[in-house]
Amino acid sequence: MLTQRAKEVDRKPMTFLESIYLWNIVKGMGITISHLFKKKATINYPEQTRTFSKVFRGLHVLNRDAEGRENCTACGLCAVACPAEAITMEAAERLPGEENLYREEKYAAKYEINMLRCIFCGLCEEACPKDAIYLSQTFAPANYGRKGFIYKKEDLLIPNPVTDKEAYEKALGDKPVKN
Amino acid sequence: MADEVKKEAPANFKVTIDNITVEVAPGTSILTAARQIGGDVTPPAMCFYSKLKGSGGKCRTCLVEVAAGSTADPRPMPKLVASCRTNVMDGMIVKNITSERVQEARAGVVEFLLINHPLDCPICDQAGECHLQDLSYEHGKEGTRYEFKRRTFEKEDIGPYIQLHMTRCILCYRCTYVADQITDNRVHGILDRGDHAEISTYISKAIDNDFSGNMIDVCPVGALTDKTFRFKNRVWFTKPVDAHRDCDKCCGKVTLWQRGDDVLRVTSRKDEWGEVQSYDSKPGWICNTCRFDKKHAKDWVIEGPTTINRHSVISQGHYLGLQKPKETIAEVMGGREPKLLMDIHGISDVNKVELSELPGPATSKTFTPAPKGE
Repeated sequence: MLTQRAKEVDRKPMTFLESIYLWNIVKGMGITISHLFKKKATINYPEQTRTFSKVFRGLHVLNRDAEGRENCTACGLCAVACPAEAITMEAAERLPGEENLYREEKYAAKYEINMLRCIFCGLCEEACPKDAIYLSQTFAPANYGRKGFIYKKEDLLIPNPVTDKEAYEKALGDKPVKN
Repeated sequence: MADEVKKEAPANFKVTIDNITVEVAPGTSILTAARQIGGDVTPPAMCFYSKLKGSGGKCRTCLVEVAAGSTADPRPMPKLVASCRTNVMDGMIVKNITSERVQEARAGVVEFLLINHPLDCPICDQAGECHLQDLSYEHGKEGTRYEFKRRTFEKEDIGPYIQLHMTRCILCYRCTYVADQITDNRVHGILDRGDHAEISTYISKAIDNDFSGNMIDVCPVGALTDKTFRFKNRVWFTKPVDAHRDCDKCCGKVTLWQRGDDVLRVTSRKDEWGEVQSYDSKPGWICNTCRFDKKHAKDWVIEGPTTINRHSVISQGHYLGLQKPKETIAEVMGGREPKLLMDIHGISDVNKVELSELPGPATSKTFTPAPKGE
């Protein structure tokens, strides 16, 4: 179908000036050289990083409350909400004396996210009733092996705000603390 | 002769519930009549349990409006009535979902039931099959207006298998009826009055009766839960399977809640109203041996997956009738299997502990590697 922009093919034989392509080369080089003075589209990653938008959904973080106790209670709502079925967990009961570690009576003894399956949709964050999981503004780093993408609870937990406040705040990013 | 002259009462009463007319035997309650119609017309019930004599009349969730008492006396009843405790009359007209008043009153009842109920659902083992959850989702209001301290109790062990979370109890009395009617001697009941009322045993006396486990099944909330299933898994991640075994004490017909081949929990089979299924009009209560001691798939004859309402969260992620595409790689590659780049079971830490073997909930001790030599 012909559009407005469709040109009819010119089948006339080229003149001598046209056949040495001099003008076309100059025109082409002009475009190339003009790009040298334009703003670069790339950055020098990893030295430089781009700022993500506030709503960027990156790597998951398992949150702690202000006293450093884990928020997650292994309710399984993130796993049931996950469309990629990337989350799995095992729950355990808090023993007397572990109250400073876990906020609720039940906690996630094992918590795993398969980052190869994860599609970073953020439904786990929305499903979480305890504000325990959220998607941070970093992405999963590259890895040589597939097994490095199975993130265990140790990989996901945010640093303890009581013992390591600086790292905690860095990991928290722009996320407002609500407890 | 006088009997013949006397006009006999009609064999069946005609009752209209939400514009649907049904014929029921005299002496049937409105709730039972509504259950014969089924569907949305049926009022919800938290305390009424058709298999337990005398239950009902406590929670008030089944309130309905009677627009006309009977053909003989078609005046409406001035107040809403508890449908589980009100018997039908011939020509009675009942409004349930068609009545604005009922919906409003039910929302109020839900609010009352939730006054002292903790927001424990992420922790509670009953979540996903909890009647109070369903009720408040369907009939309740979104927020709470209650500002005072909620009634709390310490959690208590009732015997070796049953955990009582009195904080979650809505005092429906179903479990005491189970103890009264099914087990031979009751050792637990309601202590104290009013706001202080609680279900307990005298001096935490253990319940060691063969049918005591049925009070877990009748509990509409998570107040009485199975300690052998405690925190093992969420209900919706286990798959329910109908199974039976020859049991000399009970009918032996149960639902197994499996994770893979592990049997995490055994319950009696439930009918569409969330009550224990009846066989030959006898309720299929199961004994404690079947419920707590037979946690191996080999103990049971498996009949097939339990039919679960597809709107239930339990049916989520259960791919029944799944047809996998034919794997052709081995065929094409001359019998060689495809190379697996990663076996998830080799890397994952989950499913390393046989949870079904544990007598109680897993703790941090379960997951710490045992010292060498053990």
